[in-house]
Amino acid sequence: MSEPTRTPPSEETDPVAVLLSLRAALIERVDALAGRAPWWSVALAAGLIVVRFALRVSGFGGPLGVALSVLAGITFGLISRAFWIRWREAFVRRVPWWSRALAGVLIVIGIILPFFFTEASGFMGATIVALAYVVMALGLNVVVGFAGLLDLGYVAFYALGAYCVAWFGSDFFFNSHVHVLVSGIAATESGIHLNFVLILVCAVIITSVAGIIIGLPTLRLRSDYIAIVTLAFGEIIGVLAVNGQSIHIGNGETLTNGNSGISALDLPYFPGLGSFNLLKLRPWYWLIFAIMLLVLFINLRLRDSRLGRAWIAVREDEVAAVSMGIPLVRTKLTAYAIGATFGGMSGAFLGAFNTTVNAGQFAFSFSIFVLAMIIVGGLGSIWGVVLGALMLSYINYYLIPDVLNGLPGDLGLHFSLTQLSFGIFGFLLVLVMILRPQGLFPERRRRMELTAGIAAEDAQLVEAQE
Amino acid sequence: MPEVVARALAVLRRYIGRWGLLVALVALPAYYGIHDLTHGYQAGLHAGHPVIRHDLTQLGFNIFEGLSNGAIWALIAMGYTLVYGIIELINFAHGDVFMIGSFVAAGLWGTLGLGLATGPIGLVAGLLLTLLVCMAVCGSLNVLIERVGYRPLRNAPKLAPLITAVGFSFILQNVGLLWLGGSPQGVNDLIRENDTVFQISGVVIHRADVLAIGVMIPLVLALTWFIGNTRAGRAMRATAQDPEAARLMGINVNNTISLTFLLGGMLAGAAGLVYALYETTVWYFQGFEAGLIAFTAAVMGGIGNVRGAVLGGLIIGCIQELSDSRLGPQWTEAVVFGYLILVMVLRPRGLLGEETREAG
Repeated sequence: MSEPTRTPPSEETDPVAVLLSLRAALIERVDALAGRAPWWSVALAAGLIVVRFALRVSGFGGPLGVALSVLAGITFGLISRAFWIRWREAFVRRVPWWSRALAGVLIVIGIILPFFFTEASGFMGATIVALAYVVMALGLNVVVGFAGLLDLGYVAFYALGAYCVAWFGSDFFFNSHVHVLVSGIAATESGIHLNFVLILVCAVIITSVAGIIIGLPTLRLRSDYIAIVTLAFGEIIGVLAVNGQSIHIGNGETLTNGNSGISALDLPYFPGLGSFNLLKLRPWYWLIFAIMLLVLFINLRLRDSRLGRAWIAVREDEVAAVSMGIPLVRTKLTAYAIGATFGGMSGAFLGAFNTTVNAGQFAFSFSIFVLAMIIVGGLGSIWGVVLGALMLSYINYYLIPDVLNGLPGDLGLHFSLTQLSFGIFGFLLVLVMILRPQGLFPERRRRMELTAGIAAEDAQLVEAQE
Repeated sequence: MPEVVARALAVLRRYIGRWGLLVALVALPAYYGIHDLTHGYQAGLHAGHPVIRHDLTQLGFNIFEGLSNGAIWALIAMGYTLVYGIIELINFAHGDVFMIGSFVAAGLWGTLGLGLATGPIGLVAGLLLTLLVCMAVCGSLNVLIERVGYRPLRNAPKLAPLITAVGFSFILQNVGLLWLGGSPQGVNDLIRENDTVFQISGVVIHRADVLAIGVMIPLVLALTWFIGNTRAGRAMRATAQDPEAARLMGINVNNTISLTFLLGGMLAGAAGLVYALYETTVWYFQGFEAGLIAFTAAVMGGIGNVRGAVLGGLIIGCIQELSDSRLGPQWTEAVVFGYLILVMVLRPRGLLGEETREAG
């Protein structure tokens, strides 16, 4: 963090040298800033980008917008570089080259995947839903897999996230006129219309508060009691959603529209991704892919952080964890809040993607579906959870309805497979669990425990025999 | 001053700990009782004018209906609590076993030719036979599920059998869907369930209420006697406390667990028959809803505790009935679960205390 060195006078005449030295000084400054206050610098870059998009959406383009773009780009690039330098060593040490290469290849494949399918194919739709479920499963994995708190009411956060879109991105509250950073038809309708990013932020705030509220009564409880209390909250939120038509919140407006649903939701808008509509699924795909990558990254970082280790300690032995100085209440509540946040983000996306938010979508079976994903994948193992979520949602939304449905007819049998869909799903759950009780890709720590436990028992047996 | 406040808060907390639950449980009936007495309620029409009465008859009727409805939940909840007590598993398939019980009963009546025209002797004999068949079918179904789905996972991570239970629940629901279709099916009202049996100071007791309570009480007594006084019952209690030690004492742990599932399934079968007679409709989703309520009842009473499950079932039945008739059925689920959260906050181990391994 030394002062930038003064350039010698002889080089002052050379413009290239001046620019280079300026660049060096700037990089040094930013490095220092990233070292001292990493989150503030990220916030600065993010703020510049938001202001830039705000200008563009609200119609102020021109030189000011271009200048802001350039400024935001430079800031963002410099800050990423500073972070990259700070993390590179740890990254290279922890992540082997093949793993980095694999991640890069997978991300590239993920980005170009939509070009291999038609815009509105069933497979694209199933993939978008599957990615949203991956985000859900990663969120639930924080609560159940990391912190060991069995949560059977995860549907509550899906509901709240989806209702955020319905409340803040449609003409449902017809008496109010709030428009923030929206364009097109949404900017002229009555109701509350926020930019989709702001809706995501609202969903994050609301669901994390809800997560803490749901977490509070469970602090004194043991595992399966936690399950039933979270289940109870999930069901209560479901009942509120169904009966929301009779809950008046003033101005002649109600809380929800019950089973009739709130429709005509604003479509998300992101510059550069093209227009969002249901005949063109690619922008939806890229949006949820980006959200998924972000959540995946946060999950990976959380797992290895101080907080992540505290969660695992609480999961393994609460008493021991507390006596080692882990703040139990804060640790558990952050798990609930963070898990809820991811559920809310995914819920907001699914709400917008389904183009309607009605109370019938928020059933208990949804919580069970997501729970099945993380247990089938391997509780606590991030990659296992991702694969479990992809597998189960493809089975449920693509394989059974789209692919296998013609099978009985081909075999000359006269019945529809959709009648058997959840029987088949249940059968697969039983099969997978009996063949691999620890999940498809168990967490490393758990696998070590299992094998180490057997080895220790074997050693004891040997001792006893001798 | 702060010390005084702190002491007052401590006293308050102690009182809430001791009496809070009681107050919470009594609050609902007490409120509506007082409301009925002061404001009155409409009891039918007389010559075109609403008849307003100021007494506790309606409340008594609500509570009695609640008890009889709760008797069914109690029968199912015992199955949950037995299984949880012995292998610490939330047996999600249990509610669907109960649903299969109802379906078997409805199917068997058709086979036996039981209808509205059947005479009383034939009816009683037929219903007894149906009861036995339902109990046998559901008991063996439950044992079969345990054998296929849970026994291979005895040493697996704790949540693995939970997922196989969910899997079996889906499979059984699909069986029910294929069996009787997706919408609720009416069954013959064999016992004319709404006929009045007798009245206690204005509270009308229907046949269905007598049936539900009349089936529940002997079964509960038989079960508690079995667990408390027989060799097999002792084996069950020993296995629940410590399976390893029980095995060392020469108890066949696997058979004991199978026996537990058999008993739970039999109770669910009996509940299935009673439900079909009581509600006179059956459908494939009934097991899921009933299972949720019954599990809530088991937790409310203190999981692993058979008496607690019965108490929890009866209380939930009363809460449901009160909420159904006063607030409207659409709010019932929220009220029941709200009460559950209250119970959990005020008494984290359930009303009568849990009896599981971890509770020691």
